Amino acid sequence: MAYVAVKGGEAAIDAAHAWLAEERRGDPALPELTVEQIGQQLGLAVDRVMAEGACHDRGLAALAIKQARGDLIEAAFLLRAYRTTLPRFAGSEPLDTGAMRIRRRISATYKDLPGGQVLGPTFDYTHRLLDFALAAAGEPPPPAPQAAAEAASMPRVTGILAQEGLMQAEAASDAPPPDLTREPLAFPAERPLRLQALARGDEGFLLALGYSTQRGYGNAHPFVGEIRMGEVAVEITPPELGFAIEIGDLTVTECQMVNQFAGSKTEPPQFTRGYGLVFGHAERKAMAMALVDRALRGAELGEEADAPAQSQEFVLYHCDNVEATGFVEHLKLPHYVDFQSELEKIRQLRATALREAAE
Amino acid sequence: MSLAADAPNPAPTASAARRCWMGILARASRAEIASLLQAAPPLPAHRRLRGPETGLVMARGRQGGDGAPFNLGELTVTRCSITLDDGTVGHAYVAGRDAGQAEIAAVLDAALQDPGRQASLLAAVIEPLAAAQAARAARDAARAAATRVQFFTMATMR
Repeated sequence: MAYVAVKGGEAAIDAAHAWLAEERRGDPALPELTVEQIGQQLGLAVDRVMAEGACHDRGLAALAIKQARGDLIEAAFLLRAYRTTLPRFAGSEPLDTGAMRIRRRISATYKDLPGGQVLGPTFDYTHRLLDFALAAAGEPPPPAPQAAAEAASMPRVTGILAQEGLMQAEAASDAPPPDLTREPLAFPAERPLRLQALARGDEGFLLALGYSTQRGYGNAHPFVGEIRMGEVAVEITPPELGFAIEIGDLTVTECQMVNQFAGSKTEPPQFTRGYGLVFGHAERKAMAMALVDRALRGAELGEEADAPAQSQEFVLYHCDNVEATGFVEHLKLPHYVDFQSELEKIRQLRATALREAAE
Repeated sequence: MSLAADAPNPAPTASAARRCWMGILARASRAEIASLLQAAPPLPAHRRLRGPETGLVMARGRQGGDGAPFNLGELTVTRCSITLDDGTVGHAYVAGRDAGQAEIAAVLDAALQDPGRQASLLAAVIEPLAAAQAARAARDAARAAATRVQFFTMATMR
C-alpha cells in the first residue's frame, strides 16, 4: 500500500491549477456566478452539500460548489475540511420536528389525517419535460398562491398509530449520543451512531441500498407514514446563561417509514419505524435513510439479516462519500515502488510458467 | 447580571424575556437590526469580553422523531459576549458567520436588561423584528395552505 514521495512536479502542478481556475471560470464573456445565485437558484445542490458535508451553512456550501465547479462530492469534502478549523461551542437540544413549521407534509398511509396533505414546493406531479422557457432568461414567475392557513396541528402519523398501540414506541431517552466526528466507528454500532452516519452518508449509495431492500434484499414492506419538510428552531443552553435560547432555524426533511413486524418472543406483532432526518429539502435522501435505518434494525428485532443493507459494517463503512473518495482516489498517487515489485513478480511467474510449458 | 443584583428572584420571567429577544435577534440580519437602530435611542458604549468568534453547534435529532438523541450534523454559529460600563453582561449566539450581527445582538441583550432602556428598545427593535419574522412565517404557512389537497369524494352507486 505504501507510496513514495516524488519531487519535481511543482511547476506542472501550478500550471494545472491555473488551468483549473480558468476552466472553473469558463468563458469570461459570460457573467460570473455569484455565491448568492448558487444559494438561491441551486438550493437543492446546496442542501445536499450541507447534508453530506455534515455542516449547515448555506453560504459556505454555495462557495464550495462554486470552487468545486459543481462537483458536489468535492464540495462536501471542502466543507468537511473547513469545519475542522472551527471549535465546537455546544450540542443542541434535540430538534422538535413535531413543532416544525410545515412547508410540506404528506402521508401515504392516511388520506384524511389531521393537518392534511400539504404538497409544498415539490417536483412530484411535474411531467419531467424539459422546460425550454427556462433556457431564455425571462420575468420572475408570478408569486405562488396563498390560502388561509388553519392553525391545525400536524400530529405525527407515528403518534396516531402509537395511540392504538400499533407502533413500536421509541424508548424515551436523553442519553448523550455517540459522535463519530470524535470517536471512530465501532461495531456493533448503536442506532444513534448509525443515524449520524446515515444522515451524512452519500445519497446515491443510500438510495441504491434502500432500493435493494424493496427488491428483496432485506425483506422490507415499507409505507411512507409521513414525510415532512420545514423549519425547526435550534436551541442550545449556554452554561453562562443557564437557560435554553434559540439560535436560529434549520430547514430539515424528516421521513417516517412504517414497516410491518411480525413480532418476536418479547414483542407482539406491530409496526416499526425506519427514520430519516436530513438537512435541507432532501426527500429522496430522507426516504432512503429511513429504509436503510429500518434494514439495519433487523438484528435487534430478531429478523434474519443477511442482505447488504442489513449489514452494519457494509453500510456504515461505505456510506461516507468523502472517505470513499479518499481511498478510491488515493490509487492515483504514485505507487511506483509497489508496482515495480509487482512487475518483477509477474515476470518471474511468467518465466516459470513458460519454462514449465516448454518442458 | 445587574438584574440578579436588583431583584431577589428574577430568573423565570427575566430569563424568559431574554430567551425571547435573543431568539428574535438570532433570526434577524445585521442589516435589519442596524436599520431599526437608526430610529432607536443610541446604544451604550460596550467592551468585548469574548469574540465575536465563529464555531460550530452539533444539531441533534431524535431517533424516530421522539426517541433517543442522535447527532444530525453541525451548523456554524457565531457568539459574542460584551459588557457595558455599568457591568451588565450581554451574550449572543446566532446561527451563521456574521460577527457584526453577533456583536450587535450581544450589545442589545445587555441594553435590554436595563429597565430604563428596555421598553424603548423592545418597541424600536425587537417588536418590529418579531413582526417581520412572523410575517415571513405566515406567508410560508399561507403558501403551504394553498398546496393542501382538497379531496373530492365521488358519490358511490348503491
